[in-house]
Amino acid sequence: MTAYLITSVSVVGGPPTDLLIRDGLVAEVGPGLSAPDATVVDGTGLVALPGLVDLHTHLREPGREDAETVESGSRAAALGGYTAVCAMANTSPVADTAGVVEQVWRLGREAGLVDVQPIGAVTVGLAGERLAELGAMADSAARVRIFSDDGHCVADPKLMRRALEYVKAFDGIIAQHAEEPRLTEGAQMHEGEVSTRLGLIGWPAVAEEAIIARDVLLAEHVGSRLHVCHVSTAGSVEVLRQAKARGVRVTAEVTPHHLLLTDERAETYDPVFKVNPPLRTAADITALRAALADGVVDVIATDHAPHAVEDKECEWAYARPGMLGLETALSIALDVLGPQWDLIAERMSRTPARIAGLTGHGVDPAPGVPANLTLIDPAARRTIEPAELASRSRNTPYARMTLPGRIVATFLRGEPTVLDGKAIK
Amino acid sequence: MIKHLLSGADLDADTATEILDTAAEMATVAGREIKKLPALRGRTVVNLFYEDSTRTRISFEAAAKRLSADVINFSAKGSSVTKGESLKDTALTLQAMGADAVVVRHPASGAPHRLANWVDGSVVNAGDGTHEHPTQALLDAYTMRARLGRLAGLSVAVVGDVLHSRVARSNVLLLSTLGAKVTLVGPPTLIPVDIAGALAPAIDVSYDLDSVLPGVDVVMMLRVQRERMNDSYFPSAREYARRYGLDGPRMRRLPEHAIVMHPGPMNRGMEITPEVADSPRSTIVEQVTNGVSVRMAVLYLLLGGNNR
Repeated sequence: MTAYLITSVSVVGGPPTDLLIRDGLVAEVGPGLSAPDATVVDGTGLVALPGLVDLHTHLREPGREDAETVESGSRAAALGGYTAVCAMANTSPVADTAGVVEQVWRLGREAGLVDVQPIGAVTVGLAGERLAELGAMADSAARVRIFSDDGHCVADPKLMRRALEYVKAFDGIIAQHAEEPRLTEGAQMHEGEVSTRLGLIGWPAVAEEAIIARDVLLAEHVGSRLHVCHVSTAGSVEVLRQAKARGVRVTAEVTPHHLLLTDERAETYDPVFKVNPPLRTAADITALRAALADGVVDVIATDHAPHAVEDKECEWAYARPGMLGLETALSIALDVLGPQWDLIAERMSRTPARIAGLTGHGVDPAPGVPANLTLIDPAARRTIEPAELASRSRNTPYARMTLPGRIVATFLRGEPTVLDGKAIK
Repeated sequence: MIKHLLSGADLDADTATEILDTAAEMATVAGREIKKLPALRGRTVVNLFYEDSTRTRISFEAAAKRLSADVINFSAKGSSVTKGESLKDTALTLQAMGADAVVVRHPASGAPHRLANWVDGSVVNAGDGTHEHPTQALLDAYTMRARLGRLAGLSVAVVGDVLHSRVARSNVLLLSTLGAKVTLVGPPTLIPVDIAGALAPAIDVSYDLDSVLPGVDVVMMLRVQRERMNDSYFPSAREYARRYGLDGPRMRRLPEHAIVMHPGPMNRGMEITPEVADSPRSTIVEQVTNGVSVRMAVLYLLLGGNNR
């Protein structure tokens, strides 16, 4: 294995120092290190963070390899500074058996660009009717701990209660896509002024808030862990704040796009801005940013959702919801939070790694820890060009926007997956 | 002149007035023995209809033909995302055929906006989903002006299923631009959220038809589908008609000069009784006649007929 000496780098915003990486581990940290056998990476002006960890990625394989594969999604992730991603279960076939989650896990290992941790479906076929074999997935080589029907809400309260209870046996967690389906039939965008003006069926905030309120009570009742996917409303933040104050074991994530973009983006009817849950209002963004700062929202997760061109280049109502996120998430976080490196590390690496149980990830560079880290140039600015993304899909909502920060290098267990801003393989 | 007509919001007061004035000139053609002008000779107008709408399609067809345009009717009904050609491919086909204007009716809100990205010609929204139907609003405004002599200062009640109505959205926008006062009336379930903020801050909302009627110059009844009761927008067609339908006794609460409008097709006995629909106050047939004149004006002005 090659050794790497990263010189004059700021570790999580600290004063410039050197990092020596050897045998997959961070060997030494300190100024003036010397290692004649090591490849030197000039870290001047760069910030080293523990490798980012995404709790919410759609890799589309198996089933929609035209939109993304485990390999292309892994490359996009590495270029975005990630060393681990949790792959959602809504593939085709659905990741609701040990066989499918092991396949995804193995494809991730073969790609070797990030650790791909499969998420298992809660219910068979995401149909919301009966539990999938959660224990078999937990015991499989993929060692699944997070279960989610993401894309669909586990709407049946009894089923949700059982799922929360059942996964206690193997310290599992249910990640809920909070959307009361009866309140969102045919919904196309946030219900409000803009949906009224555009004549698109509204997705009311209460459809999310009502499910979160129910689920935190269920989790409290059965003493289980609940994770709430892509929180998007100010009202959800308040429900979570109260639940956390009572000691409910709930965590929550917010996406980069819900921190930056509002429902007014729909005015063009360009479905690149169609996403579920939908883009909300400026007041929601303000509440979500505050919640991220004070910890009511624990994590930034991308909800990276690649879609083929024909699924977006059409009428709004016929388009699939979802947007790319892996290659732009750090830039959005930097834009929204500013250079609060410790907070960014907490929300994008340490906490998601802890929630997912990914030991070896989310650990700040220090002697003896696995060398999973990323180097960021905070002074760089880049204009997002869809054609230049590593994802197989092009549905970024940030096309032609200029965003701060650039990933210069990413290391997975001591080996670079990205150097000089380019993927190694 | 604007290039496309996608929304009532595309029209400022001057442009809207120019269209109405031009429509008045066009109306004189209908009274002639030969109902035809050479203004759009050699130009191609495509009627692209993804929904059944005989009355709107033939209105546009008559308008284009009276201006001597070549008309192609392209019925794409049954096409959807899973079946048939995509909207973009259809647009490229029309583009290749050299369409100067595409008149589009589509069940998806915003489809005309998407189409306008993909064709060079003018796009006229002939009704998109639950969004807008701007030429309907123009013909309604034309009819009000013809009957009552003005638009500024008129009080107009728009009654019924505002939530699902593209006619209501376009009328609110256009009438507000032209200085009329709009009151939306219906059960709260059928009034969309934040409607004033969405469309025009000066509009009023009322849930009580009887209290509104004595103060209006125009009452516009919207079509209400009986099936809405199956989605709990109201308990029954009977209760809807009792609370929000316009019948003879309610009509007599209107001021002497007030008119009754309906964009059609009507549900007689639901939102309007035959007594009202067939009364002298009703402008329903005139609206159809005026529709052709207004659409002639729109095509003429969008296609630059006045510059040739």
